[in-house]
Amino acid sequence: MSLPPGLRAFPRLSDWVRIEAPQRVVVCTGKVEIGQGILTALRLIVAEELDVDPERIVTRTAHTGRTPNEGITAGSMSLEISGAALRQAAAWLRRLLLEHAAAELGVASDRLSVEDGAVTAPGINRPLDYWQLPPVPEGFEIRDAIAEKSPNAYRWVGVGRQPRIDLPAKLRGKPAFVQDLPCDLHARVVRPPSLHHRLDALDASVEAPAHLVVNGSFVAVAHPDEYTATRLAERVRSTAKWHASAAAPLTGSLADHMRSNEAAALPLDDGKPTDRPVRRFATAHQATYSRPFLMHGSLGPSAAWALWEGERLLVRSSSQGIELLRGMLAKVLRLDPTQVEVAHSEGSGCYGHNGADDAALDAALVARALPNQAILLQWSRADEHRFEPFGPAMQVDMGASLTDDTVSHWRHDVRGFTHSGRPSPHRPGVDMLAAWLLAEPFEPSPPQPGRAPESGLHRNALPLYQFPNQEVVKRFCTSSPLRTSSLRSLGAHCNVFAIESFMDELAHHAGLAPDEFRQRHLGHDSRALAVLEGAVQLAGGLAGPRGMAIARYKNRQCCAAVVVEVAVNDAAEVRVSHAWIAADAGRVVDRDGLINQLEGGFVQALSWTLFEEVSFDSQGATNTDWNDYPILRFADVPTIETTLLDYPEEQPVGAGEALQGPTSAAVANAIFAATSIRPRHLPFTPANLRQAASSQGSGDPSSSV
Amino acid sequence: MSISFRLNGGARKIGVQAGEPLLYALRRLGEVSVRYGCGAEQCGACRVLVDGEPEFACTLAASAVEGGSVETAAGLDTPMRKALLEFNAGQCGYCLPGIVVAAEALFRRQRKPSPAAIRSALEPHLCRCGAHPRILRALAGVADGAEP
Repeated sequence: MSLPPGLRAFPRLSDWVRIEAPQRVVVCTGKVEIGQGILTALRLIVAEELDVDPERIVTRTAHTGRTPNEGITAGSMSLEISGAALRQAAAWLRRLLLEHAAAELGVASDRLSVEDGAVTAPGINRPLDYWQLPPVPEGFEIRDAIAEKSPNAYRWVGVGRQPRIDLPAKLRGKPAFVQDLPCDLHARVVRPPSLHHRLDALDASVEAPAHLVVNGSFVAVAHPDEYTATRLAERVRSTAKWHASAAAPLTGSLADHMRSNEAAALPLDDGKPTDRPVRRFATAHQATYSRPFLMHGSLGPSAAWALWEGERLLVRSSSQGIELLRGMLAKVLRLDPTQVEVAHSEGSGCYGHNGADDAALDAALVARALPNQAILLQWSRADEHRFEPFGPAMQVDMGASLTDDTVSHWRHDVRGFTHSGRPSPHRPGVDMLAAWLLAEPFEPSPPQPGRAPESGLHRNALPLYQFPNQEVVKRFCTSSPLRTSSLRSLGAHCNVFAIESFMDELAHHAGLAPDEFRQRHLGHDSRALAVLEGAVQLAGGLAGPRGMAIARYKNRQCCAAVVVEVAVNDAAEVRVSHAWIAADAGRVVDRDGLINQLEGGFVQALSWTLFEEVSFDSQGATNTDWNDYPILRFADVPTIETTLLDYPEEQPVGAGEALQGPTSAAVANAIFAATSIRPRHLPFTPANLRQAASSQGSGDPSSSV
Repeated sequence: MSISFRLNGGARKIGVQAGEPLLYALRRLGEVSVRYGCGAEQCGACRVLVDGEPEFACTLAASAVEGGSVETAAGLDTPMRKALLEFNAGQCGYCLPGIVVAAEALFRRQRKPSPAAIRSALEPHLCRCGAHPRILRALAGVADGAEP
């Protein structure tokens, strides 16, 4: 057994887990809560390993210099990475404590048992608990891995419904979010009309206690009263004069624009994009699928808190990567990183790289201009809708040939813009909005195709299935009309949508049931087969207006399948009435949390599938509110049932990104089952379905069901 | 100007500006469960009860509650709020206080609302995390358990 990477990087036990008075266990993680319930799950892992009631555990989350640097909270990796480090650290803490207890009680440590931190041995009636034992030496370092508790003995992990630790404060109206932090000044930004505009003149005078902060084209206002700050921002906005630099127009439709801005065609070998020539072969069946630009659409617009005091900057941010943010704030403000401290503070759910990092720089710029005053800066809804980094549009060309009703040749060409726009000291440019507006501006990083397996655009481009001949090509596009970055599941959403729609089309050509056709190509993968069968069984079969889809996130994490049932009315409106989900996320840690992540991921993806598309012109995004970027509402939510396949001896994996692609594909497949219309372009709005119907010559998109 | 009203049962007095939305006045009083989401009655994150009726605090003028009563999720220690907690019916939780308010308004009108009535009452509310299924289950559970 090898040591988890987190412990190799930060071997000091007390950095992760320590015993503290009174009757508490402190757990530190570099991962952050973004609504996914990670702090609740990590707490269960430590409670289980130490045999301490979860209620005793206090979780401390990402804060530079105080918690282990665990990088970004992204890619559904937190449970796997931070969970493995904490489980091993807790196993070590338990062993060290029991060695002391064995000496105290004069028995061998393997005769001891622990119940909520109380240590007992048969025949010895002396009360002793973790908090009475001598502390583990401060500098103790973990250098090798020891055995952990057997899952057979688990009492909290994988069992029942554990309460989420963050929800009580949120439901009871206590301060819970970065937006709730106390401050001296409320700040608002005054954004240019677009990222292509720069400031000419500002005819606004403000008097204390109001403040105006201008640096190049970065404009912000601050005032002790929040409402006054919002009005001040509107007043300044009305006087600002901007000029537009030339924005590159789209060359034709977005689909044409993407094809004509293809900068690299990189075929995948062993999952890695390579520079070898693309292999060419003819295929009997072809289809193209696409998705538009999508919005993260956090319910609470991005916000950040900052204080500049004595040449030091403290920022509280809901960023997913506080350590990277610290480095980038230092770079833009020309500070040494040791002068910058970033603490995570929860925001409204982010679903990837939203405006949180941008807002942190906004707040830091205001704080530097107005030292010794705590600044709370919040974006407006329109700022969020227009300036967040969007999930990129994608296009997938599929091709296949069948022999004996099985796939003999498979082509997958995925085309699209970058999914990597996060600010990072490892990238050449500065990827935070305000940095581009400063009097001495920074440049954004030039988009580059990721070369690692399962990154960005080609995430899940490799099929789950085994085919004798296949070619999968990443076609990286530049000149995006919108700023793009990581949105939940990255390229996996559209790649899986395309693969699982196309598999359905091929099953139809072969005259086989969708599940049977898939099973033919999954003989090598018993766990995927179990998931597929689990979903179909839960649904009671696939007959009727139903569709299914399956994928394993990044081809190595959570494997999930979903069956949906739809109705399509005369107005070509799609309603999903039922969904049945089966998932294999390895060992189940927080059972209810896992279901919450799967079902929440499904519902959000259903919203993408049926409703969402960022509208834009040559100046950028044009949607400014929830009316012109509608998302799913309560009326649109289906009845959902979920079954979990638990593998207690396997490592746990995250599941929040498992169902994005399967959801879009399952709905497409169900629409086909209901109407014989094959929707290939997201979202499946009435207009897009009518378009599909007319191009496929099927006439009326309304179903007979 | 100054307004007086009851906030979760207690008497409050606060200076407000002409046209100032109730949202900002309440947050100034420490009622952070009343959240800014859209400023345009589109998401429900700011909803409060004013004289028992659900209102959007992001657009309602603070002056409109003069002499009236305002209730927020913080003051609604109700079976609905308990059920939402018990069902872990949330993810990021930003939308939940508004949903507690909508649920309270519904259950004051109907002791045993139907699933359709629950959905309808929540229609003004957005949840971006997709916690809808368990929010609906939690509130349906309260309706099922209510005395007929």
